[in-house]
Amino acid sequence: MTAAEGVALLGVRHHGPGSARAVRAALDRLEPRIVLVEGPPEADAVLGLAADPGMRPPVALLAHVVDEPSRAGFWPFAEFSPEWAAIRWAAGHGVAVRFIDLPAAHSLLLRDERDAPRGPQVRREGEGEGEEGDGAEEEAGAADARIDPLAVLARTAGHDDPERWWEDAVEHRGRDGEGEADPLAAFGALAEAMGVLRETYGDGGHRGDAVREAHMRLRIREARRAHERVAVVCGAWHVPALARTGGVTADRALLKGLPKAKVEVTWVPWTHRRLSRAGGYGAGIDSPGWYRHLFTSPDRPVARWMTKVAGLLREEDLPVSSAHVIEAVRLADTLAGLRGRPLPGLGETTDAVRAVMCDGSDVPLALIRDRLVVGDVLGEVPEGAPAVPLARDLAREQRRLRMKPEAPEREMDLDLRKDTDAARSRLLHRLRMLGIGWGRPGRSRTATTGTFRESWRLRWEPELAVAVAEAGVWGTTVESAAGARAEDAAVHARALAEVTGLAEQCLLAGLPDALPTVMRVLADRAALDPDVAHLAQALPALVRSLRYGDVRGTDAGALREVAEGLAERVCVGLPPACAGLDADGAAEMRGHVAQVQQALVLLGDDALRDRWAGVLRKLAVRDRGIPGLLRGSAARLLLDDARLEPGEVARLMGLALSHGTPPQEAAAWVEGFLAGGGMLLVHDERLLALVDGWLSAVPAAAFDDVLPLLRRTFGGFDAGARRTVGELVRRGPGGGGAGGAAGEGLPGFAPRLDEERAEAALSTVRLLLGPGGADGGGDA
Amino acid sequence: MSVDTALRPHAEDAFAHELKALAAADDRPRPARWNLSPWAVATYLLGGELPDGTVVTPKYVGPRRIVEVVVSTLATDRALLLLGVPGTAKTWVSEHLAAAVSGDSTLLVQGTAGTPEEAVRYGWNYARLLTGGPSREALVPSPVMRAMAEGRIARVEELTRIPADVQDGLITILSEKTLPIPELGTETQAVRGFNVIATANDRDRGVNELSSALRRRFNTVVLPLPATVEEEVDIVSRRVRQLGRSLELPAAPEGADEIRRVVTVFRELRGGVTADGRTKVKSPSGTLSTAEAISVVTNGLALAAHFGDGVLRAGDIAAGILGAVVRDPAADRVVWQEYLETVVREREGWKDFYRACREVAP
Repeated sequence: MTAAEGVALLGVRHHGPGSARAVRAALDRLEPRIVLVEGPPEADAVLGLAADPGMRPPVALLAHVVDEPSRAGFWPFAEFSPEWAAIRWAAGHGVAVRFIDLPAAHSLLLRDERDAPRGPQVRREGEGEGEEGDGAEEEAGAADARIDPLAVLARTAGHDDPERWWEDAVEHRGRDGEGEADPLAAFGALAEAMGVLRETYGDGGHRGDAVREAHMRLRIREARRAHERVAVVCGAWHVPALARTGGVTADRALLKGLPKAKVEVTWVPWTHRRLSRAGGYGAGIDSPGWYRHLFTSPDRPVARWMTKVAGLLREEDLPVSSAHVIEAVRLADTLAGLRGRPLPGLGETTDAVRAVMCDGSDVPLALIRDRLVVGDVLGEVPEGAPAVPLARDLAREQRRLRMKPEAPEREMDLDLRKDTDAARSRLLHRLRMLGIGWGRPGRSRTATTGTFRESWRLRWEPELAVAVAEAGVWGTTVESAAGARAEDAAVHARALAEVTGLAEQCLLAGLPDALPTVMRVLADRAALDPDVAHLAQALPALVRSLRYGDVRGTDAGALREVAEGLAERVCVGLPPACAGLDADGAAEMRGHVAQVQQALVLLGDDALRDRWAGVLRKLAVRDRGIPGLLRGSAARLLLDDARLEPGEVARLMGLALSHGTPPQEAAAWVEGFLAGGGMLLVHDERLLALVDGWLSAVPAAAFDDVLPLLRRTFGGFDAGARRTVGELVRRGPGGGGAGGAAGEGLPGFAPRLDEERAEAALSTVRLLLGPGGADGGGDA
Repeated sequence: MSVDTALRPHAEDAFAHELKALAAADDRPRPARWNLSPWAVATYLLGGELPDGTVVTPKYVGPRRIVEVVVSTLATDRALLLLGVPGTAKTWVSEHLAAAVSGDSTLLVQGTAGTPEEAVRYGWNYARLLTGGPSREALVPSPVMRAMAEGRIARVEELTRIPADVQDGLITILSEKTLPIPELGTETQAVRGFNVIATANDRDRGVNELSSALRRRFNTVVLPLPATVEEEVDIVSRRVRQLGRSLELPAAPEGADEIRRVVTVFRELRGGVTADGRTKVKSPSGTLSTAEAISVVTNGLALAAHFGDGVLRAGDIAAGILGAVVRDPAADRVVWQEYLETVVREREGWKDFYRACREVAP
């Protein structure tokens, strides 16, 4: 394990409580003069902050290319990371610490050349132990060529689960490590095993390792020259390579001519969720909360863990007693014995909790997993840490789009057909997504709010700088951060409508990368939502987004698919949902039906519209259980769409208003049918004739009962419409003034055409209709 | 009765050779009065090959984790409650556990709405009671009491069907590990090795919900439905074959596709997500257990044999599936229609099934 005299190589797993403990013990024993840690050397400048009392892990080193913040890498550290333990140990003992990995100035560019990844990369636990597994490699499918040293070791030891093997062999042993005679023995054994592996597999397909290891070797050599005792904390995989001595010239040659960029490094707060695999930026560990517990609990970790679990379950009002805790601990111990493990691991404790505390159910386990196994820990970074790249990216965008952050409020009208304005709109929408309320959408001063106009009120408050810093955890550029935030919001959204809103915002903000996630959540939510009303509510926003999508040139194919699926579900679920509603429920449902109708017209899918018409017909024709308001409304929608013959409508109306129908029901039908005011009766003689015909046919005896209902409906019309309808009815059916007194035309119109005034309008009408249709317009 | 003549031999008799070979090969520590070590019990249930070449057949096909928790529970002398929907092998597992641990699976209390207290505690031989007064000789021990005295495993089937007051009779037995007999002024103390395995139906929780005092004495393990389509198709076709033979239906090898279809529909509706994991669907109120899939297929076979051309087709199973899925006429119907329209209609090669379902749709 000792490469040269005075150099101790401590091979670790990047996030492992046992490794961290062992590193601490080993450093206590070795008392090195300098500690070298695998990490970007640019971060040496901010390493001092690690000792700052304001620094609380989990935190991450963030390195990014100055001109291009989207080229960035995160190096997360948790309390239980061996590297962190080493850094803190050095700070506590006044010993120097240096990062020795290949500078980020090269590595960020190298990654890009190889795989052209999207967005920042995270050092993760990867399949390869000690592998600086940049996610890009995995995404690019290059992983095939790589071996997983841990899995090989585990297989050799006869275990099928590498993770579990590592825990048993290394992490759990670390617990007793403090009492052991030689805290270095474990590192020696591990280094030996890795040595054999590397002899067999070479670099194991881990591309780029040769360069990095060359750099590390050189730095170790340098440190050795200056200091008497050197300790190196690095991924176990690298140990054999770093132990090699000599070959300095070859190493130097390898490092020649690497591409180089200007890089800045800072600390950013990190969370446990982002350490876990569940998060998009996961560092590849399953159970940060469990590891932290193992690392921080002074003794009896299983008993303490069970007590924590019991506490959490009690908070959720599940009856868990101390007896449960005792039994759970016993069961976990027995299970570990049965499975031949030295100590109960997370698997055993989880099984025990499920059987003893949760009645065999997985539901409370999900809570435990979320709150304890992963955990809600949020790191903190001291004030002095350099600015996050997001702020810089924002400043650059503001310059590019000539939008100065100013304190006084000002309005800004954007014409989305212009590229600059569209970009400005996207920026403002993205900032809103990130909770940076620089711009608020305002009422457009140009009253015609077409889809290509937007109006904003801009006001830069000093607090917004804080909001920008906070938003820094989401990403390094405004675009990537807003996308990440949108995905997160979609996953955690409570209501279906919330997700639809997000989809709309994603289109407005130009975040096509976030759309697939949002769409997936949306489709899932829609499939599971039993309430047709929710589905109907969600549909209009979706269809609106589709139309926006057209204006803004975003691809909305996925959106259309989801919208159509949603419409399908509404079609299936609507009739049962309409049955047995009370007056208020019916009124609400009528609103939904109208919205769906509008949305489907916009959507313009003929097959869907046919289906929808079928559903409406079902509503209109069925008379048991469906409230009159909805039946009337459905009949009206069908009639407007020319999908119902006037004769059929007359029949339905006659049925609905006949003596056998209770008065309230009949009134509701009329209300539903005549919704939207009386002007329709004025303009559509067919409708008027229907109502009139029915009214005349009402038998005298029933008229008294019907009168109040009609009074209620027609009372809702405005006075003008009411009068006009009255006059039309007085004139009698047939219109055209045939039977009316001389000098009376349509109510509200003069008897004859006023040629002079018509002439004035004619040219405009001609313009509107185009050259072909203008001639007919005159006598309309 | 010997193994040969019994219609259904007990587990400890049917698999006696396996138990013997395991006991011989087993050198791990055994809890008091256990015939085998916990490790050997797990091997007995999950199957494997012993050093002497004996092949132990798997008794339970399912996650290893479950068997390990079950055996560990018995080893920590906590009572074990096996939950699961019908047809998840609860009784089967409990019988084999008792056979492997105590070599005796016959100490059984069958839970029904009419299970009396005597079945859990003890009764009296009234002829003796009248002639000689209360005495040990006049006392008729329940299976549970005998298990206590002999340090064996007692089994309680369908625990939640037993009336609540009788259920609670188990509390003293499980917590104090003793059964007082006030009539004689004595008690029966449980010998080490005594334990109780109870089974209960998941969906039956409401019948006679366990009191929290009793529930606390049990470790609960839920036995899951088959994990993969292959597993379930296998179980269904094997069972259908057996049933078909006894009903003298013609064998229908061409029906394998339809069996897969039934299993797929059941699994998708049960799991709330399509097999490709891309679309979520609503779940109906019925259990849609493997047992129901078996009955749908058997029913379809009978239809095909007696009224069709003997080949199992989509039309033969459509009505059966509808009956199994739509239990609640209002809510389940919507669920089924949605499933038909959004999943079945688009699926490649399922046209005939879609049409058949539309035909029988309510």
